[in-house]
Amino acid sequence: MAGLPDLPLFPERASAAAGQVDTLFFVLLGVTGTVGALVVCVLIFFCVKYRRRSERDVPPRVSNKLLEIGWTVAPLFVFVVLYVWGVNTYFRVLSQPRDALEINVVAKQWMWKFQHPEGQREIDELHIPVGRPVKLVMASQDVIHSFFVPDFRLHRDVLPHRYTEIWFVPTKVGQYHLFCSQYCGTQHSGMTGTVFVMEPQDYQRWLNESAQGSLASRGQALFRKLACNTCHTGDSQARAPMLEGLFGTPVYLQSGETAVADENYLRESIVDPRAKVVAGFQPIMPTFQNQLDEEQVLELIAYIKSLKREREQIPTVSSPAGPQPSPVGDAVRQSESGGQQK
Amino acid sequence: MAESGAVLNRAVLETQFADLEQQRETATFGMWVFLATELLLFGALFLAYTVYRYGAPEGFADASQHMEKVIGAVNTAVLLSSSFMVATAVRGAQVGGRKRLLFGLALTIVLGVVFLFFKGYEYYLHYEDHKVPGLNFEYAGQYAQAAKLFFFFYFAMTGLHAVHMLIGLGLVSVMLVRSWRGVFTEEYHAPVEVVGLYWHFVDLVWIFLFPVFYLIVKHH
Amino acid sequence: MSAESVTNAGPVGAEPRNYLNESYGVRSWLLTTDHKRIALLYMVSLTLMFVIGGLMAVLMRLELLTPQGDLFTSDTYNKLFTLHGVIMVWFFLIPSIPAVLGNFFVPLMIGAKDLAFPRLNLLSWYIYVFGALFTFYVVVSGGVDTGWTFYTPFSTDASQTHVVSTTLGIFILGFSSILTGLNFIVTIHRMRAPGLTWFRLPLFIWSIYATSIILVLATPVLAAVLMLVTIERLFHIGIFDPTMGGDPLLYQHLFWFYSHPAVYIMILPGMGVVSELVTCYSRKRIFGYNFVCYATLGIAFLGFLVWGHHMFVAGISVYAAMTFSILSYLVAIPSAIKVFNWTATLYKGSISFKTPMLYALGFIGLFTVGGLTGLFLAALGLDIHVHDTYFVIAHFHYIMVGGMVMAYFGGLHFWWPKMTGRMYPEGWGKLAALVVFIGFNLTFFPQFILGYLGMPRRYHAYAPEFQVLNVMSTAGASILGVGYLLPLIYLLWSLRYGKRAGPNPWLATGLEWTTPSPPPKENFEVTPAVNEEPYNYSEFLPKVFAAEEVEVG
Repeated sequence: MAGLPDLPLFPERASAAAGQVDTLFFVLLGVTGTVGALVVCVLIFFCVKYRRRSERDVPPRVSNKLLEIGWTVAPLFVFVVLYVWGVNTYFRVLSQPRDALEINVVAKQWMWKFQHPEGQREIDELHIPVGRPVKLVMASQDVIHSFFVPDFRLHRDVLPHRYTEIWFVPTKVGQYHLFCSQYCGTQHSGMTGTVFVMEPQDYQRWLNESAQGSLASRGQALFRKLACNTCHTGDSQARAPMLEGLFGTPVYLQSGETAVADENYLRESIVDPRAKVVAGFQPIMPTFQNQLDEEQVLELIAYIKSLKREREQIPTVSSPAGPQPSPVGDAVRQSESGGQQK
Repeated sequence: MAESGAVLNRAVLETQFADLEQQRETATFGMWVFLATELLLFGALFLAYTVYRYGAPEGFADASQHMEKVIGAVNTAVLLSSSFMVATAVRGAQVGGRKRLLFGLALTIVLGVVFLFFKGYEYYLHYEDHKVPGLNFEYAGQYAQAAKLFFFFYFAMTGLHAVHMLIGLGLVSVMLVRSWRGVFTEEYHAPVEVVGLYWHFVDLVWIFLFPVFYLIVKHH
Repeated sequence: MSAESVTNAGPVGAEPRNYLNESYGVRSWLLTTDHKRIALLYMVSLTLMFVIGGLMAVLMRLELLTPQGDLFTSDTYNKLFTLHGVIMVWFFLIPSIPAVLGNFFVPLMIGAKDLAFPRLNLLSWYIYVFGALFTFYVVVSGGVDTGWTFYTPFSTDASQTHVVSTTLGIFILGFSSILTGLNFIVTIHRMRAPGLTWFRLPLFIWSIYATSIILVLATPVLAAVLMLVTIERLFHIGIFDPTMGGDPLLYQHLFWFYSHPAVYIMILPGMGVVSELVTCYSRKRIFGYNFVCYATLGIAFLGFLVWGHHMFVAGISVYAAMTFSILSYLVAIPSAIKVFNWTATLYKGSISFKTPMLYALGFIGLFTVGGLTGLFLAALGLDIHVHDTYFVIAHFHYIMVGGMVMAYFGGLHFWWPKMTGRMYPEGWGKLAALVVFIGFNLTFFPQFILGYLGMPRRYHAYAPEFQVLNVMSTAGASILGVGYLLPLIYLLWSLRYGKRAGPNPWLATGLEWTTPSPPPKENFEVTPAVNEEPYNYSEFLPKVFAAEEVEVG
């Protein structure tokens, strides 16, 4: 950090976006500082030069329409420039990189829980490798929290019952503060953590040391335990839509609209299945809201994401006419679901 | 400052005004400003309703089928008539027609009470039907969640409307008493006009509430 | 019209009849409909609320001396900042200048005998007191810990404190705001003296008018959203609960739709006061009167369009964020215009540095800093970093405290002779203004740095490296506290021992200075007529000086 050891004045720059945010900051500081200093100097100058010298002074009338128009229009131009700069920086920070390491985040009063795709779980600590884009998929178990890492210049509210996402690229090895920055109750100021950005080898070593079952395999266990496979058999005649290859594809709904099967859609289908019913199916799926917490939902979603179709030629979309008979891969699907009925 | 008894009995020109004309214009203008605030109050609730209806259109349409449409329609007619009565009363005051003034005000009260009576009966029917969120809400079918929100807004907004009607009835009653005592003349009848404005506004709110809750068409 | 203050010689019996001595007794005050007495009733209640809210700030800053949460429990601290916000926003800042200085001076400045609806005015005060009583109840019975913003679902589902009592208190107070605003709008429209056209009105009246429009249009939305929160908390129907079909973001939209215009309710009257002070103490017409009027209305209008900038990282769409960002920049323009106009008014003026002018100059400087830092927050790419940090806290305190509170004190000192018939002690006034200025900057400037470093808001305990800046801030707060205590003491002192004031001790233009100090109950013996523009010092002063020469010679 810049400043004295006990008196930091500026945060570290530890993400790719940090530099851009700081540039914007300094531009704003320059512009506003100049204008502010100008105003103050002129103010002081006038106060000194035109101080009352006699109680009998009668000041003259002064007016200048041109000046007034000038200082109305000039700020407008300056502000438009600043606005565009701000939007530009915002877009750069928000642009989703490919091949991001996806990590799930569940915020709850008053801790941060992280799930790595390979299954590692952390509480209040996040280990990530340097130089690789990271995407956080976040949900709250209870009230609104906010994920804030000052050294990454990164802020995003974490909402209940919905996923929000954020991306960043850590660029510097080290340890950085993580703060919750949306007031969330008693231990709000205790809901802090540390982000450990590591060299790739160190990160790999850390992964190996803390290996557990992967997210998707835990999701598969849940899938069986909750008997999801009794309806989602992967069969063409099944009571429930096929999940293989579903993630990321468009889905035709009963209402005539189309939705994309992203994380939010999958989550909603699990906790509020009647909200969006797939065309051609009955709304018979029960809700699992009270049986699963946010982490378990994320595990199920990881599993569903991992379900790929063996062959890609038949679309996985249920058309308005109802599920198409799919002669290909019946045997494959039977084996995937394990042919079990519970 | 005149005693309150005297205020009920005769016209009072308050000291801050130059003449009755200024007093009347000020009172009327004040009521318009107040109605603007009421517009924003109900408007915020209409906005919240609209947001949720947009998010669950079938649910809201389904819930609307459980409304007592006949009672609602009758009430709409009742309220519109009462506005006509108020307008009659105001006209009476303006031309010094005492009978018209008294008749208009009295009938406004009667119709207002009829409205509230029907509304109370409607609430009772909903209660029997287990449609009161927070109290005994039950709803069969897949739209239970949306229906709960629908009924919440129904009770909240028509309830708020009913509170405004009660206040209006109070105001009209005071006007009736003062009219009976002969306080109002062609020169001084601003209070009647102002109360009339308020009543019309309350009626207008109902004109918006009625279709929004009772007349949602279910698409198939 | 004598420029000098009359000494306080002479027996009490010789004191002329004025609004203060025309009747005595508690009933004559508690049942008054005189706008001047009602203004004083408000002044007393507001001062009490300011002291309570300020005390909470002191306690918070004491806790923040150390990084650990060692003075209070977390729950207590959370209640402190919540109540500090609730009291300061709703029970001090929003009423402050309108209810005290507006009530007292709007009729006087437009040549009227009272407001349009005097009884409604008294009712507004009683409603205020009723709402304040709810807040007292909350304070003594365990507090509320939701933050003044009551975000759901925490406030409706998770908080274990007196949320409903607080929302009810604010709901009630809202009616006081609405009725006050209504009264002002109608008065300004309908009760101006003959010849007093819109563009001859003092800028203080314009500001009160614009403020009243916001009061009247925005407060009902607050009433609606507080109603919804209260019902949700009591009955858990699901209005803002995502698991039951509701949306917590709808709460935020509704809340900020009121609360952003609310900050303009808080600052516009201050700007109006500053316009009065700057013109009087430089003895010059305001530079660009028409532009300032339009800017005032422009701030009120644009202020309704920017609420989403509180929600940039809350989960709104990118396009919404972009729209709110550009609008937030636009609303800064009329404010900038005003600052430039005030500065230009000093050009070729005859500037005196009496206490009110010191507060006005302080306002211009500090408001400029606060307003400029708003541009940082309006920039999307930057807000993602400083949102909900101490940067935001510093920004709004610069405007609310460095701006608004200083304007309130400036206006109080400026009009003190008119309200009380006494001068405040000038030396102490200047000292207090200086102490406030220094204390304020020391308190809040470090918070900009803390914010960019990443210290979040509402933190009871913080990372150790933030300590030095926090200590500086607390030191400043103690100085600021002294600066606020001083006027409390010397203004009270002046009521009995201050020099008696004549009708126009500052030689200011404006109808309020044509009546005696203090004014009689009816304000004017004869309704004045106005036939010239405001702040017409270049013609007004020669007349005054000529009249004095005639007296002397």
